[in-house]
Amino acid sequence: MNAIAVGSAPWPVVLLARAATEGDLSAARAQMGFSLAWHIVVACLGVGLPALTLLAEWLGIRRNDAALKLLARRWARAMGVLFAVGAVSGTILSFEMGLLWPGLMGRFGQVIGLPFALEGIAFFIEAIFLGIYLYAWDRLPPRRHLLTGIPIVIAGTASAFFVVCANAWMNQPRGFTLRDGKVVHVDPWAAMLNPASPPQTVHMILAAFMVASFLTAAVYAVALLRGRRDAYHKAGFAIPFTVGAVVAPFQIVVGDWVARFLADYQPVKLAAIEGVYRTGSHIPLTIGGVAGQDGLKYGLEIPDGLSLLIGYRTDTVVKGLDQVPRSQWPPVTGVHWAFDLMVAVGFFLLALGLWLFLAWWRTRRSGGELLDRRGSRLLLVLVALAGPASVVALESGWSVTELGRQPWIVWGVMSVRDAVNPAPGLMVGLWLVLVVYAAMTAATVYVLRRLARGTAIPAAPQEADVREYPVV
Amino acid sequence: MLADTALAVMWIGLTCYALFGGADFGAGVWDLLAGGARRGASQRRLIEHSIGPIWEANHVWLIFVVVLLWSGFSPVFAAVMSTLYLPLTLSALGIIARGAAFAFRKASTELWQRRLFGACFAVSSLVTPFFLGAVAGGVASGRVPAGLARGDVITSWLNPTSVLGGVLAVLACAHLAAVYLCADADREGDPELARVFARRAVASGLASGAVALAGIAVLHVDAPQLFHGLTHRALPLVLLSTVSGVVGLGLLIRRRHVAARGAAALAVAAILWAWGAAQYPAMLIGSLTVDRAASQPAVLSACLIVLACGAVLLIPSLWLLYGTFQRAHTAEAPSTHGRTAP
Repeated sequence: MNAIAVGSAPWPVVLLARAATEGDLSAARAQMGFSLAWHIVVACLGVGLPALTLLAEWLGIRRNDAALKLLARRWARAMGVLFAVGAVSGTILSFEMGLLWPGLMGRFGQVIGLPFALEGIAFFIEAIFLGIYLYAWDRLPPRRHLLTGIPIVIAGTASAFFVVCANAWMNQPRGFTLRDGKVVHVDPWAAMLNPASPPQTVHMILAAFMVASFLTAAVYAVALLRGRRDAYHKAGFAIPFTVGAVVAPFQIVVGDWVARFLADYQPVKLAAIEGVYRTGSHIPLTIGGVAGQDGLKYGLEIPDGLSLLIGYRTDTVVKGLDQVPRSQWPPVTGVHWAFDLMVAVGFFLLALGLWLFLAWWRTRRSGGELLDRRGSRLLLVLVALAGPASVVALESGWSVTELGRQPWIVWGVMSVRDAVNPAPGLMVGLWLVLVVYAAMTAATVYVLRRLARGTAIPAAPQEADVREYPVV
Repeated sequence: MLADTALAVMWIGLTCYALFGGADFGAGVWDLLAGGARRGASQRRLIEHSIGPIWEANHVWLIFVVVLLWSGFSPVFAAVMSTLYLPLTLSALGIIARGAAFAFRKASTELWQRRLFGACFAVSSLVTPFFLGAVAGGVASGRVPAGLARGDVITSWLNPTSVLGGVLAVLACAHLAAVYLCADADREGDPELARVFARRAVASGLASGAVALAGIAVLHVDAPQLFHGLTHRALPLVLLSTVSGVVGLGLLIRRRHVAARGAAALAVAAILWAWGAAQYPAMLIGSLTVDRAASQPAVLSACLIVLACGAVLLIPSLWLLYGTFQRAHTAEAPSTHGRTAP
């Protein structure tokens, strides 16, 4: 490229005429990370919210309770908005797989195609039945309408399963042989059902239900704190909080399973998570701290803790980062902190769940209202915090799995650097995406807030009768 | 054989995306041209009513095509996405803006919000098919070589064939939408609105025809290989498209709106298949053929089996979806269902 010609050209041309730089790699990583982090929240709501909505609708029909029925309608409207932004932000991800990482897709696209094809089918079913569920509310008898919601829940969970299978493959690449850099002997089923699939998918699906539950409960906790103590808000608080409280203990057990899985299959990732530099026994569990030259510094150490957790014995050998050269280490401080944050929030949510069950049990024994008990105000405040906290746990857990895989895009097989699009000007895409997503975030929050607001439910033409539901 | 089957299935997906998803974009174009808030209200209501329940399902066809391309023909996917990343990023952003803004508008009540989101929805409905058409033009004129980002990142989509592809895509989407909306307006019992959209359908149909005619000259100069294919092997399909386009216009004028839907859809589908036939067996002209690009048989057969099983679930579901919303409102009794006195 002629330097003088470039100098006089308008700036977009200059940007595009430059060769791809290190900055472009960072831009690609930032764009993928950002759009994934954005989508994952909406996707979790897309998986969890339909289940909550169906639960409210079912209870509403069974008890012939207007508050519950209204709740179901409200949640369904939020679901419609969230599903739309989830669908489009998910589409962008499938584009970005090729736009940003053609090196990965050109070589391994055929290996991980199957779970995406399955996900496509599941998503199709979800979209079809969501259309029916949202728009045919008044065209179908109540019970049949309830039935049209069930495929949404099943297909939503299934698509989470399939997509996470593809991500699990990046951690445990199976189902192919590399011969002279060419992919041969592909077994797509073995690729999809790799060893990382079971722990990772279960962990993610439970997380989706937790995030949807605690976020929804948080909205109504805030309303209750503001004094709106009617049946409608109480139900909006109790239903999702109960679901979240039931899921939380399972998630702790599953999280333990994932860590144990890493010890066996991806020890370098676990070593980064726990900041274990040297392989050995009697390894302590370190909370917090900063990665130094030869170990975590300033952290709180529990002697033999990690060895005990991994193998139930203090002399369990834990593999350290020293198994691989330093150039192949994930960013230790980031991964470690993200992990600690996730675990801390997980136990916080578990504790909230226990509080709910305890309070409920006491209320049953001694009568009275759950929310009139002493300390219930504190519970409401904590649940209001639990919503955003669950998102923090989600994002930090996601960071653990993604940052912990660095510098690989396919663990041990292909580095992120080798996968990136060599075309110049990827930075432009990043800026465009940031601007569009900022606008979309603002609009989503604004519209959802309006939907949540007290009395005025905007009546879309297909929901003319909504006006007839008073806020109870 | 397996590779050809996978390609054909992908092309069916692309056709469905053009016929269903394309019409949703076209509806957005008419939303843009509907006029001021008061004058355009009835048109916008019809558009919102018609595409609201189905656009998300229609949109999935695109994901279907993308996924099948990368699973079945990974090197083609990598080459197209890396070279044409600019128009594809722009169309991806258009897809975001269109879908999100449509959902936001539906959830808004105040005029300024409905205007803002509506404008966003409508403009991106115009822009997105243009860029997707430009991508098709870049591939069809042989500007995407195999390998990662080997083509020119600018001229691969800013060229005569791409512009032709983009304009034709927008016009075809608009035409399909107008034709579909005629019958929708009939069903809603609004013959005046049906006449409005019939006029627009005829106008956009004629415009598509004119652009396609001019396109012959463009392709002759700019994409000789495609031109040769279209005038030889794919000629019957080109003629089929022309004839059904003309028949469709005749049906519109005679107010046979439901039959016109079929004719318009056939005209668009035939052009897509003509493109495919013209360039077959090349997937990337000059560098990759179907057989060389295809994934291993194990992958292709797994995907095809899964899709066949999926079709067993999907076809009845789609039938239920379209059936639920294409039935006339008056046939039901919405006054009693789903309501319970509080």
